[in-house]
Amino acid sequence: MTQAQVQETANAPALDDEPGIRKWQDYFSFNTDHKVIGIQYLVTTFIFYCIGGVMADLVRTELRTPEVDFVTPEVYNSLFTLHATIMIFLWIVPAGAGFANFLIPLMIGAKDMAFPRLNAVAFWMIPPAGLLLIASLVVGDAPDAGWTSYPPLSLVTGQVGEGIWIMSVLLLGTSSILGAINFLVTLLKMRIPGMGVHQMPLFCWAMFATSALTLVSTPVLAAGLILLAFDLIAGTTFFNPTGGGDPVVYQHMFWFYSHPAVYIMILPFFGAISEIIPVHSRKPIFGYKAIAYSSLAISFLGLIVWAHHMFTSGIPGWLRMFFMITTMIIAVPTGIKIFSWLGTMWGGKIQLNSAMLFAMGFVGTFVIGGISGVMLAAVPFDIHVHDTYFVVAHLHYVLFGGSVLGIYAAIYHWFPKITGRMVNEFWGKVHFALTIVGLNMTFLPMHKLGLMGMNRRIAQYDPKFTFLNEICTYGAYILAVSTFPFIINAIWSWLYGEKAGNNPWRALTLEWMTTSPPAIENFDRTPVLATGPYDYGLEKADEGVPLSDPNPILSGGPNSVLRAEPDPAVAANPEDRK
Amino acid sequence: MKIPSSIWTLLIGIVLTLVSLWYGQNHGLLPTAATDEAVLVDGLFNAMMIVSTGIFLLVEGILIYSAFKYRRRAGDNEDGPPVEGNVPLEILWTAIPAIIVIGISVYSFDVYNEIGGFDPHAIHEAPMNQESMAMPGSAMAATLSDTPPGTEPNLNQEKSDEAMEDPATAEVRNADQIPQLRNAPGVGSVAPTIGGTPDKAGKPAELQVNVTGLQYAWIFTYPETGITTGEMHVPIGREVQINMTANDVIHAFWVPEFRLKQDAIPGRQSEIRFTPKTAGDYTLICAELCGPYHGAMRAPIVVEPEEAFDKWVQEQLVASKETLNQAVAVNPANLSPNEFLAPYIKDMGIKPEILHQVHH
Repeated sequence: MTQAQVQETANAPALDDEPGIRKWQDYFSFNTDHKVIGIQYLVTTFIFYCIGGVMADLVRTELRTPEVDFVTPEVYNSLFTLHATIMIFLWIVPAGAGFANFLIPLMIGAKDMAFPRLNAVAFWMIPPAGLLLIASLVVGDAPDAGWTSYPPLSLVTGQVGEGIWIMSVLLLGTSSILGAINFLVTLLKMRIPGMGVHQMPLFCWAMFATSALTLVSTPVLAAGLILLAFDLIAGTTFFNPTGGGDPVVYQHMFWFYSHPAVYIMILPFFGAISEIIPVHSRKPIFGYKAIAYSSLAISFLGLIVWAHHMFTSGIPGWLRMFFMITTMIIAVPTGIKIFSWLGTMWGGKIQLNSAMLFAMGFVGTFVIGGISGVMLAAVPFDIHVHDTYFVVAHLHYVLFGGSVLGIYAAIYHWFPKITGRMVNEFWGKVHFALTIVGLNMTFLPMHKLGLMGMNRRIAQYDPKFTFLNEICTYGAYILAVSTFPFIINAIWSWLYGEKAGNNPWRALTLEWMTTSPPAIENFDRTPVLATGPYDYGLEKADEGVPLSDPNPILSGGPNSVLRAEPDPAVAANPEDRK
Repeated sequence: MKIPSSIWTLLIGIVLTLVSLWYGQNHGLLPTAATDEAVLVDGLFNAMMIVSTGIFLLVEGILIYSAFKYRRRAGDNEDGPPVEGNVPLEILWTAIPAIIVIGISVYSFDVYNEIGGFDPHAIHEAPMNQESMAMPGSAMAATLSDTPPGTEPNLNQEKSDEAMEDPATAEVRNADQIPQLRNAPGVGSVAPTIGGTPDKAGKPAELQVNVTGLQYAWIFTYPETGITTGEMHVPIGREVQINMTANDVIHAFWVPEFRLKQDAIPGRQSEIRFTPKTAGDYTLICAELCGPYHGAMRAPIVVEPEEAFDKWVQEQLVASKETLNQAVAVNPANLSPNEFLAPYIKDMGIKPEILHQVHH
């Protein structure tokens, strides 16, 4: 009996007749079911991704030629400002929250999040914030001071657009704080009895680290933005040098959030990849604790590296060295993860389906972003390439090659659970091939552009860079095309795809131990842990699991000497659900 | 005969190392190195490229090898071997990156020191001095009259004020907007940047150039000669100090061939020092987003031999002298050029030979 069979036998769901069926209206309502909210997040953010992607392609179209000939420089600046803001605050960060909403309660055996209404509130802040931001384009005064919005520039460009930008980002920040509180409490208080922290799936660890980071850093951004709003609207001079303010202080406040933000954007997908690779390699994750603790290490170190964005903006010399060293050290826990994933694949039985391909693509492209990140930490070199296309290349390798490929991998992996149907593998692979080609074509030449002297955020550039920019632009078109197979595949498979069954990947984590899609309250009885989350390859005899015993003493993998004792006080679920 | 796997590992390791060493030094990714500092930065970059190439090839190699070697055969529904970890291996792959980043840090630290990051003079000036807290307007008076010991007078402000008064620069300075916004009270707090290299630390640089960034132009002022211009000329082999500030929004001084960058921040004065090495025409680029026409904010930089530079200085002086004569013609005070230049000569320590050349 394999571990998967053991786990499934122990947790056979009883709800078989059309589980989890919902009305379509639920997805447009203030629904408090975490799965509905998770899907709301994912679909909404994907729509924003498409909008942000169109903006990226407009930016690239402008950059196909060295002259300003496609849009005016003002519109160009608005386009890249909105592109960045949308991709960060309306796509990657909330997409991570979307997966966490859908998966965390299922993975820890809970019936819902700790605060279902707060959860819905957190989601319903996103659509108005996004619409507000996009509306600024329509009113003709879109923010155009970059997503960093450095004063004094942000104070002298359009006041309306900048105000809208601040308001929108504040709303989105509030949303992610509310989400983070919910994830932390859920993870700490609502695990099934018997699930210690070391039996949690790694995605839960990653979300724990992410939420802690969000909770510490986001309020500082909010403070910075509120002061900026005072400068903008009320004429104070916190950051305005003509009145004695200091623009560099804004940069400190901004980056105190916005550097951790890149970990908020990547950690959830480190977690997702740690789920996907063992399942499709049929091997236990290599170094469970190392991966789990490295998430916490990244989360902690992520808080003390922000000034590496400011190596050229006037901080004392010794301080640069401090931030250089902290930034470099982050490479160590990140390296541990990458080598552990490679170790997991090594010697396994890798099923090269779309989810696994995207996961491997994630590892392969993220490593490029990681390496250039270490380079950027070196102060003398960063002084040369700061604010150039080298940085643009680096951040897109991390955020596209990392986060976005991670999102796709996660969608392909959990699609059967979310919808109850399988995706079409052929079109998934087409999607993967186009994405990898487009991604590298777009962002690889940018390294050379930056090193040779092309600065970022410019609409016109030196004609000697034309050739490489053309390659980048055509790469961006390929990326745009690559989303079509995905969108069509996802919609078609959701409606007509092959029925998936409860556990098509023979995975061991608890979300696969319920019906697909999961029923309203997830499990019809509190699930038990019959195995560890990644005990693949361990053969186990039938007698090891006394399933009839109400308090089974379980044996098997290293994590499975557990006694599941239902404790109504701990396992209690919110009763105030709609 | 079956070759043991350890030999394969060794061979692959050797090939990987050789390829990395070769590519790290022959990547051709950087433009000309036009300053002494650039050579040092390039050395650091090449070292990082060697390490990066090795890691890149290793990771991608394992990934692609795994995808082919370990892919699931059709009909095989077994699990892989339950290997959950390997403590020595995990220690190894924690230790190696740690050693690599420590090595890169030490190397960066060394280069940073060599290019003047730790100039004690710069650090000394680092804290905000009193002027920055003083009322607008009183700042300059305080600087000029009773400068506390150890605080450098705000050269940039002084010189630009002089330039503002100077009819000689009337043509270039474009009405009364430049070179500096005068109500910026913080001017004078020096953002320490790249100072003198260890052997030159604490000493004044051989050539000073004041740079002001404004939407969307760079203005250069040579305080020793009073030249105000839109393009910067620097001689090979003489250490140059750039004192910069900005009028309106943040700009950044970047010459890719110099490998140096520094933000010019309104309300602050920042500086960079470097020693030009290779003659050529380069471009100063504004690297910090400063508005819609940010991409057009460029200025020519000429690195030339000493003689050519002196010739350029003379040309500029002659040109401004001509402007001056015209200005003087309408000046009721009716100063002669020599009388007009006298205070500059005294205050700025213009080299006698330059003055001599000027008189010809």
